[in-house]
Amino acid sequence: MSDIFKIGERTFNSRLIVGTGKYKDLQETADAVKASGADIVTVAVRRVNITDTKEPLLMDFIDPKKITYLPNTAGCFNSEDALRTLRLAKESGGWNLVKLEVLGDEKTLYPNMRETLVAAEILVKEGFEVMVYCSDDPIACKQLEDIGVAAIMPLGSLIGSGQGIPNKLNIEIIKKQSKVPVIVDAGIGTASDAAIAMELGCDGVLVNSAIAKAQNPILMATSMKNAVIAGRQSYLSGRMDKINIASPSSPVKGKIN
Amino acid sequence: MEIQLNGKAYPLDQECNIDDFLSKLSIDKTKVAIELNKSVVPKDKYSETKLANKDVVEIVTFIGGG
Repeated sequence: MSDIFKIGERTFNSRLIVGTGKYKDLQETADAVKASGADIVTVAVRRVNITDTKEPLLMDFIDPKKITYLPNTAGCFNSEDALRTLRLAKESGGWNLVKLEVLGDEKTLYPNMRETLVAAEILVKEGFEVMVYCSDDPIACKQLEDIGVAAIMPLGSLIGSGQGIPNKLNIEIIKKQSKVPVIVDAGIGTASDAAIAMELGCDGVLVNSAIAKAQNPILMATSMKNAVIAGRQSYLSGRMDKINIASPSSPVKGKIN
Repeated sequence: MEIQLNGKAYPLDQECNIDDFLSKLSIDKTKVAIELNKSVVPKDKYSETKLANKDVVEIVTFIGGG
């Protein structure tokens, strides 16, 4: 069964997007990305170290021609900073597919939706394909879709918290109402969380800390890859109905007395 | 003259264009993006864009992030 993952004008095979932060070093980052089978990685935009320009760069370990770089605006707390960052990202690599996140608070890293909406609207007008980190509020998600974003990325729970998806109902509502891809971003702690996101019908999952902070990141990357595939296949299969009484799996007829 | 480079004062002996400046810093221009006084400079304009006294320059690249 063909099951292509389409974001904007691009198509991908893997529905798992991985972040490239928090790893021990760049080699481990590259190994984890490879094990995850991801076609897309998120990256941050930061100042070059002027005092040591020979320092290895992410691009030396993960080839942007083979893996799609999704530049983010992590650390931006207003729309202006986010716009500056993504305009630079676009010039750096010619990418117009970007991940917008405008944070509202350092403690929760919860999105500031007012600033996010302002930035998203400008970016769409400038020709960016914008994937947006957002709250799991169906109204805010609808507003983003109306602006014309390429994908909606509601948080499962707080960034880096590993708390999974406590509010599955909202994610389900958002998925059902959206015509653009819905990708659970943030909060995934372990493989079952990723599988649940996919079983809810989401189009993809973004995972960073759960892989990078596992005792064995490479094995966890493989686990996430399998979980996303399992969750997707489970969703496409159409699960059995739940009932409140038992139903024997073995035939009752013909048993010995 | 002096420019502001990635948030710090940086002395420049003479006026130079961005291409020359990147060579001087041993930076591969295919791996970075440059903002001059809050406007992005397209890569094909590096050779014709001269840095002047008190310019505010940001040179960025992609690093690991979620």
